Amino acid sequence: MSRYFDMDRRRFLKTSASATAAILAGTHLMTAAGRAVAGVLDQPASDARPANLFVALRPDGDVEITCHRSEMGQQIRTAIAQIVADEMEADWSRVHVIQALGDPAYGDQNTDGSRSIRYNLQRLREMGASVRYMLQQAAAQTWGVDPSTCDARGHVVSHFSGKRLDYAELIDAALTIKPPEATELTLKRREEWRYINTGMAHIDLQDIVTGKASFAADLRAPKAKVAVIERPPVNGGTVKRVSDAAARKVKGVIDIIQIPAPKGAAGYQPKGGVAVIAETTWAAIQGRKKLEIEWDDGPNAAYNSEAFKRELLDSVNQPQGHVREAGDAAAVLAKSSNTHSADYYMPHLNQSPMEPPCATAVYSDDGVEVWAATQNPRADMDTVAAMVDLDKAQIKVHVTLLGGAFGRKSKPDFSAEAAYLSMKSGLPVRVQWTREDDIQHGFYHAVSAQHVEAALSDEGKVEAYLHRTSFTPVASLFSEEARAPADWELGLGFTDNPIDTPNITLERGDPGAMTRIGWMRSVSNNFHAFAVQSFIAELANKAGRDQKDYLLEAIGPDRIIDVSEQNAEYGNYGGDKAVYPLDIARLRAVIEKVATMSDWGRDITPGRGLGIAAHRSFLTYVATVVEVEVSDAGELDIIKSWVAIDAGTVVNPDSVINQTQGGSVFGISNAISTGITFENGRVQQSNFHDSSIARMSDAPLEIEVVVMPSEEEPAGVGEPATPVFAPALCNAIFAACGKRIRQLPIGDQLKPRST
Amino acid sequence: MIKLTVNGVAHQFDGDTSTPVLWFLRDELNLTGTKFGCGAAQCGACTVHVDGKAQRSCVLPISAVDGASLTTIEGLDPEGNHPLQKAWIEHQVPQCGYCQGGQIMQAASLLDKNPSPSDQDIVDAMSGNLCRCGTYTRIHKAIKSVAASTLSQNDSGVQQFEPATRGRGVVV
Repeated sequence: MSRYFDMDRRRFLKTSASATAAILAGTHLMTAAGRAVAGVLDQPASDARPANLFVALRPDGDVEITCHRSEMGQQIRTAIAQIVADEMEADWSRVHVIQALGDPAYGDQNTDGSRSIRYNLQRLREMGASVRYMLQQAAAQTWGVDPSTCDARGHVVSHFSGKRLDYAELIDAALTIKPPEATELTLKRREEWRYINTGMAHIDLQDIVTGKASFAADLRAPKAKVAVIERPPVNGGTVKRVSDAAARKVKGVIDIIQIPAPKGAAGYQPKGGVAVIAETTWAAIQGRKKLEIEWDDGPNAAYNSEAFKRELLDSVNQPQGHVREAGDAAAVLAKSSNTHSADYYMPHLNQSPMEPPCATAVYSDDGVEVWAATQNPRADMDTVAAMVDLDKAQIKVHVTLLGGAFGRKSKPDFSAEAAYLSMKSGLPVRVQWTREDDIQHGFYHAVSAQHVEAALSDEGKVEAYLHRTSFTPVASLFSEEARAPADWELGLGFTDNPIDTPNITLERGDPGAMTRIGWMRSVSNNFHAFAVQSFIAELANKAGRDQKDYLLEAIGPDRIIDVSEQNAEYGNYGGDKAVYPLDIARLRAVIEKVATMSDWGRDITPGRGLGIAAHRSFLTYVATVVEVEVSDAGELDIIKSWVAIDAGTVVNPDSVINQTQGGSVFGISNAISTGITFENGRVQQSNFHDSSIARMSDAPLEIEVVVMPSEEEPAGVGEPATPVFAPALCNAIFAACGKRIRQLPIGDQLKPRST
Repeated sequence: MIKLTVNGVAHQFDGDTSTPVLWFLRDELNLTGTKFGCGAAQCGACTVHVDGKAQRSCVLPISAVDGASLTTIEGLDPEGNHPLQKAWIEHQVPQCGYCQGGQIMQAASLLDKNPSPSDQDIVDAMSGNLCRCGTYTRIHKAIKSVAASTLSQNDSGVQQFEPATRGRGVVV
């Protein structure tokens, strides 16, 4: 394990072969027992790892804690330190966080799916506790007393006799201690936690507010040059002819290199194109403008969003593939005289992290060293290795701070571009994407259409429910044959529909995809929650009922739902159904809570309205209320929102609040963003002026969040606040002005129609 | 030859005078606290002060700042003792942090001109600065807390601003 540390400068808990053996002997403490295989994206931490992979003591006793997940604003670097430092009883001021390289030794490093805490809370607690045990034993041995009479607290082991030793003074003795067996390990009780479940300050904040924090674009590898790439405007297009004479004349331009087109399914491969390598970013940008390229567009030039939208909406009005079935919804709907139906549509969206993709690569005889804003350094290793035809063991990936990610940086095409250009040019190369590149060459959130029908009893109860979804699948990224959404994509808010009805039919279309589709924060939960939660509010209106009361009635009484009993394939985000059941009691509880917070049912000023939506995603339960005002001129003002979130056990409540507020604002963008549209295979937007995201003027001044106190197992935090926001907003708009928004973006739908 | 001062240090530039100030700062001076977000004055991540006024450095040609004095986030207060930097920590504003240097520079310029902005003044001044993490409610609160403390200072002559703690509710 020494390669993670500079052994010349530091001493660590493990330095000898026997200590290695001893620590490995204790590794059953850290196995993945109880952690099921993730159905969403990847595997969780798969096997046992020694504590010293994550924890090291410096000679001065300061603790180095290694963060193996990518930091993109969710404060995982702080949270991992909180967990380990708490269990090892470290003094917070003596904790330093080290960012891990990409390495299978850490277990899963794919930082998406809102699962960093879920996968790591228990094993990191065990690692911290193992270190505390060894220090306690070391002190006892030094003093010749019974270890049970020694107490480790705040970086000091003390004995009732008054003896005290700082952790720094115990390092040598601790090296001789055999790491604990499971039976010897005592985790702290919840009431003893000092850092876990506490709003510790973000450890990188001082650097951020002084401009010192280092993101991928800030990394300055010695002698690195900058590359900007002109990529094929149509997905799958190739370079037919390039004239680069004018580009080469631009002062500062060093080289022009063609990048090969991807082979087979897109995966994370670069799109190909022509790179301009220059001394400075500006010179590279200027050089790119001078390139004259003739493209062969290929078959995706036929992609037109308007036509595709019509096809999608038509398709969901026809029978589609089976997803889940109980009773006979079709028969009940056919017989009923009290039915309601609606179609919903959401466009492609772009993740648009504020930091456009960026990576530096240095190709040498030893392999490739990469510094990247990546959510998943191991995917960088694989993708880079394939791109430059090396073994992935020869690819070393450093993870910088990520200037936002939202799923975009799970796809390391930019690292592969940098590696390829470094190999071809013989220079260290930093690939800088511009905003135009980010918007026109992304991995877009799926475009979707949904059709929902219900039959209601005279009392308004849902007697039958039919929902068809169709969307461009992420699955298509990995297989050219994949036209239909995969089960895991459907498992994001569709298959796990909580409506309490004896007759339910869920179906999915198979539209294929003509562009690269990728994860965006909350993934298909966004459009599924939009349809389901908008539709329930529509039913409430039809039944003449209060939205919140009707929502509670529609999801039915407290119970556990197991959709696999209705002939459905459901992955439950990789969570064990026994540990993370779909628990309607928890969904009801957040609805009740947010209703109280927002004083639901109060008198509302004319022109204003309240809307509510609730949704379980990433094993977390969220309910949101939005208050809006819609003026006679159709101007929308989001006054305030309230959110109740139940994510089980949380590590940093303030960070959960921040994520929930930010996730809500992301939901505003989902509702108002112009999105991404294609004409003749080309993205029609190019920058924030025409592919907008929410600004402060679009957001409420206050988003009040309550984190439900819970001792349940930890669930997701980064994503679950997003899917509920757009439906809650549209339900509020309906309450304010009677206009039902079924197609996003909201755009000018609230403007008075000219006659 | 362009001559300018950045964070109190004199510099010269004799390259392409259409080069945006952003790339001069980042690529020539290695002052990377000023961020590239859009290159089109749409997001504010590149905000710096030119002779005390907030400007989008990504569309500002270096020829336009000949003789000017620039301040970047690194120069606002290198120790992080500017009241806004402290308030950003007090309110735990940032998530990823990428846009926050630009946000702070924009807010500092607002408070320079208008020490006690209304809620709407803050929204108006800050709506050109995008934050994809969505930290707007906290940015607003942090600015307001500084505005309020400046106000009390002006009223009583005594600085009321509380030194920032590193955490919320936790002494670390």
